Amino acid sequence: MDNINYTTNTIKDGADPKLPSDDGNLLDVESIKQDFPILTRETAGGRIRYLDSASSSQKPVQVIQAMDDYYRSTHANVHRGVYRIAEEATHLYESARVAAGRLIGASHPGQEIVFTKNVTEAINLVAYTWGRANLSRGDVVLLSEIEHHANFVPWLMLAEEKGVELRYIPMGKDYNLDLTNIERLADGAKLMAVTAASNVLGSITNLRTVSAVAKAAGARLLVDGAQFVPHRLTDVKSIDADFYGYTGHKLLGPTGIGILYAKRELLEEMPPFLGGGEMIADVRLDGFSTTEIPWKFEAGTPPIAEAVGLHAAIDYLGKVGIDKIAKHERALTAYAVNKLEDHFGKDITVFGPKTGSDGDRAGVVSFKFADIHPHDVAQVLNEYDVCVRAGHHCAKPLMRCLQVPATTRASFYLYNDEQDVDALIHALDQVKKMFG
Amino acid sequence: MSALEDLYREIILDHYRSPRNRGELESPPAVKAEGFNPLCGDEVIIYLSTKNGVIEDIKISGQGCSISQSSASMMSAAVRGKSFEQVRELIDYFKQMMSIHESHLDQSSGQESENTEITEKQLDLDNIGELAALQGVVKFPVRIKCATLAWNTLAQGLDESESTKQ
Ligand SMILES: Cc1ncc(COP(=O)(O)O)c(C=O)c1O
Repeated sequence: MDNINYTTNTIKDGADPKLPSDDGNLLDVESIKQDFPILTRETAGGRIRYLDSASSSQKPVQVIQAMDDYYRSTHANVHRGVYRIAEEATHLYESARVAAGRLIGASHPGQEIVFTKNVTEAINLVAYTWGRANLSRGDVVLLSEIEHHANFVPWLMLAEEKGVELRYIPMGKDYNLDLTNIERLADGAKLMAVTAASNVLGSITNLRTVSAVAKAAGARLLVDGAQFVPHRLTDVKSIDADFYGYTGHKLLGPTGIGILYAKRELLEEMPPFLGGGEMIADVRLDGFSTTEIPWKFEAGTPPIAEAVGLHAAIDYLGKVGIDKIAKHERALTAYAVNKLEDHFGKDITVFGPKTGSDGDRAGVVSFKFADIHPHDVAQVLNEYDVCVRAGHHCAKPLMRCLQVPATTRASFYLYNDEQDVDALIHALDQVKKMFG
Repeated sequence: MSALEDLYREIILDHYRSPRNRGELESPPAVKAEGFNPLCGDEVIIYLSTKNGVIEDIKISGQGCSISQSSASMMSAAVRGKSFEQVRELIDYFKQMMSIHESHLDQSSGQESENTEITEKQLDLDNIGELAALQGVVKFPVRIKCATLAWNTLAQGLDESESTKQ
């Protein structure tokens, strides 16, 4: 496995992914699209306008090929066989772990990364093992109002089971988390668990502040990086995160693999999660002992091909450059919000921080459109091959804050361009004609 | 007719824009039943005023997409003045119309199955008037829940009404 430094914008040359030759600052989106078979598929209306990457990203041919090659040439179970392909499979699996750790700046990527099914399972793992061992009646867990259900429900379950007290950082008028009273809220907290970026609003959490408050309060910090890691350079050390989760399928990788980072000393002391093969050192009729970290938390045959695909996805992102992707998304998001608001005026309400303001903002644009239900909006958009998400985005408490049952959401990634946004606007015109 | 036009037939949009029997009834004495579609936040609240096993009056409130709301509106028009027995028959009928797609899922090839045609023939669509317009929903499996929400809620209301009468 080659040694890309993922936390800096190292651009490696090579045929794929295609890089623009002239301006090193801009993404050549048309070339990038060529790497994604789904995006170049011909449809009745031309092309699919995929604006739902916040839900799941599309996969470049490099990822598809890596998984295909793995199954064609290498597959065997990991950590078991002594024959060559089994060793190769183990090597591929473990080097994916290192890549997944380096991507977010883990100090000990080989030990501090646990592979799970998705980020939901990563958060559940922390709640189930660390949470049950360390939290009891009256202990405080501080979350925010804007979390994805993945970072609500495991804690609500713990609240039910253990009588843990949950508190919430509110959303401010500018749609960013309102950190004004965070010190008071954090008083007595044992854990703070917040999202790095909202999957509905696109707001990006000021994790330096949150982390400083957590550390001062003596609380552990868990970050849900599902919407952040694919789009921004991430460094768990700079925010001193204790736990950090992200998910492969939103990062150009396959479904079925999630990533939990946890500090080595925490993983050492946490009880195991699922029981079975892979996670034991010894099993007797009257008991068992667990193996070393991180395998202690990976019972059963792990997602091997998925890890290979994830590694290919991380390589792809490393070659394109995550900070370039961030820049591209910021520009595209500003273009989209401005154009939507100019074109539709009072008919549209965008829920999210203003673009172009001081803080960063992710490429997620949720909106309400002329009192037409998001399901109807998305249905008509589908007719124009524009794929958006309609619904509550697994953030029902946030929907209540926004006082809407659901929103329509367009979200962007490296393969989207202004033409995709223009297609969205054209299709919204048709929605208005139909329901207006 | 494109699938989209088939979904959003004029009659559906008409019920969506001017829903029938919109409002509330005092409950009690009216039976109130609430239904939610957790997937998209559709909400239908049905008020039933019943006498001797007949729906004398029905009112609908709630909010949601055009399919859920127009289905509720059409339903209210179809069941008012009908006996519980007739209404239950209609509910079954409607749900059968909406479950046709399941036979598609059984086909590993994903092709239109002959089964579907037989089922469709069995349903006497002339009999159910405007409600037949909701057939187009079947082509959009995720929207079936929107269309059936009001009907499931009505069934709930009937159950409740019958249990309180005993
Ligand atoms: C902020 C956030 N957290 C968690 C998740 C859950 O991701 P997964 O379904 O891969 O576990 C998502 C994605 O839906 C998300 O946007």
